[in-house]
Amino acid sequence: MLENNQSYGNIFLNGILNENPIFRLALSMCPAVGISTNMMNGLLMGIAVIFVQVCSSLTISLVKDFIHPRIRIPTYTLTIATWVTVTDLVLAAFFPVAYKSLGIFVRLIVVFCFITMRLDVFARKNSVFPSLIDALGMGFGFLLGMMAIGGVRELMGMGTLFGVDVLGFRPLLFFVLPCSGFFVVGFMMAIFNYTEIVYNRRKKARSFA
Amino acid sequence: MNRSTLIRWIICICILMGCTACDTEHRFVKRTEFKKTDTIVIRFAGPVDEAWINNFKSFRINEQPDPDIILTIDRVEASKDRSTLTLFMKDPLNQSNPHQVVLPEIMSEGQSQGTAVVSVKKLYWGNLMSILIGAMFIYNYVFVKYLGLCVYLGVTQKKSTAVGMGITFTIVIIFSTTISWFLYQYILKPFQIEFLQIIVFIGLVSLTVQAVDTILRKVNPILFKEFGVYLVLIISSCLILAVPLIMAAQNYDFFESLMLSTGAGLGFFIALFLMACVRERIDVAPIPESYKGMPIAFIVSGLFALSFMGFSGMSIF
Repeated sequence: MLENNQSYGNIFLNGILNENPIFRLALSMCPAVGISTNMMNGLLMGIAVIFVQVCSSLTISLVKDFIHPRIRIPTYTLTIATWVTVTDLVLAAFFPVAYKSLGIFVRLIVVFCFITMRLDVFARKNSVFPSLIDALGMGFGFLLGMMAIGGVRELMGMGTLFGVDVLGFRPLLFFVLPCSGFFVVGFMMAIFNYTEIVYNRRKKARSFA
Repeated sequence: MNRSTLIRWIICICILMGCTACDTEHRFVKRTEFKKTDTIVIRFAGPVDEAWINNFKSFRINEQPDPDIILTIDRVEASKDRSTLTLFMKDPLNQSNPHQVVLPEIMSEGQSQGTAVVSVKKLYWGNLMSILIGAMFIYNYVFVKYLGLCVYLGVTQKKSTAVGMGITFTIVIIFSTTISWFLYQYILKPFQIEFLQIIVFIGLVSLTVQAVDTILRKVNPILFKEFGVYLVLIISSCLILAVPLIMAAQNYDFFESLMLSTGAGLGFFIALFLMACVRERIDVAPIPESYKGMPIAFIVSGLFALSFMGFSGMSIF
């Protein structure tokens, strides 16, 4: 029961490319700026978000027939909050070091807008398996975005990736500063915009020729 | 409310807060306070013996949260009448945490006054003010802690919307944090269900927003027309959940959490206002096409964050 005969591949890629939560929708920028000082943080945060997104999408798509439309938003919030509590406790128990480096942001997954948005836009209307694919795509989009920002900051700031020395020197210590997250995100968005502008211009020129 | 009732209320609150400020846990120790970054001053009711002062190696000082780490004393100086001791520590103290000082077998003029366990903390009023100023500037939630960015980027297109959002947000966050404090202290903690705090707090925030929405709609429709749109947005802000969580993690008392929420709200208001002023001007400035919209907003926020870094490490009171 898919809408518009989308294939599963398209649903998965939609979250990564067309509706990338960080670069396209510009939703939940707080972790993208706040804890993206290295790639490991991005990976951990991404995994936590994938877990929460997949579990809550599955839950909502399973019980979607029993939710009254008027109380759907509180239902989503409480579902996400439950899964975030699970993630929080599991991380605190089994990965204390990672839990400490992520800080309060693990708990703040509750208020990441794109998770609620996916539940409302997709999981509410589709059956379990497409919802799972959609959730995975959205989660991986977030994970890749976080890892891209974290990778740039770690490479430029410390010359390392995942803590392994790559460059052998430190290009710009500025990127280690907490506030450089704003600059990195800003510049990356500008680069994406620039590519899009150039692409459109070429396309237009080709259509005239 | 007429003026005399107001003054009476203010006096009541002052007395209440004054009562919470005074603390003596031992009859012989009159006062304890931090002086400089690495000194603790202890005032006794009478003179203490020289021999006892020289035995300062047996004093035990630790931060209240972690009692295992004992801090080392460098030297001790007594005043002329030997009723005031100044303890110089080896390392600077983290004065935001209360410290515990154990003074074994205090000897005063040949008589033992018993062992004293006293706590040293910042002045209550100073502590409150430092929480307020800290949440507003030093740890500004937008520019230093990077929370609440979705709303911050969303509503700063125009100055009027930024002000509207700032006011609504401050009111809602004070309400919700106060209610969260009561729930946390009187329900979650006694029943030992603190692990439910995320669910409880987010539910509470949604309820508060819904309640403010309903009340405002009935009581003041004109105000509702102006601020109603922002109410829905507030739930999606990280900040509104972060403040109760921080309040619970730090185990603040009522007035401290009130100051924290007020500071967070005002700090958010300041951030929104500053950003809206800049963005109104950027709209008419000639900037490259690829930077229009979000990218330039991020870079401006980065510059703000850089300047707010100047506040870091500052401590008032």
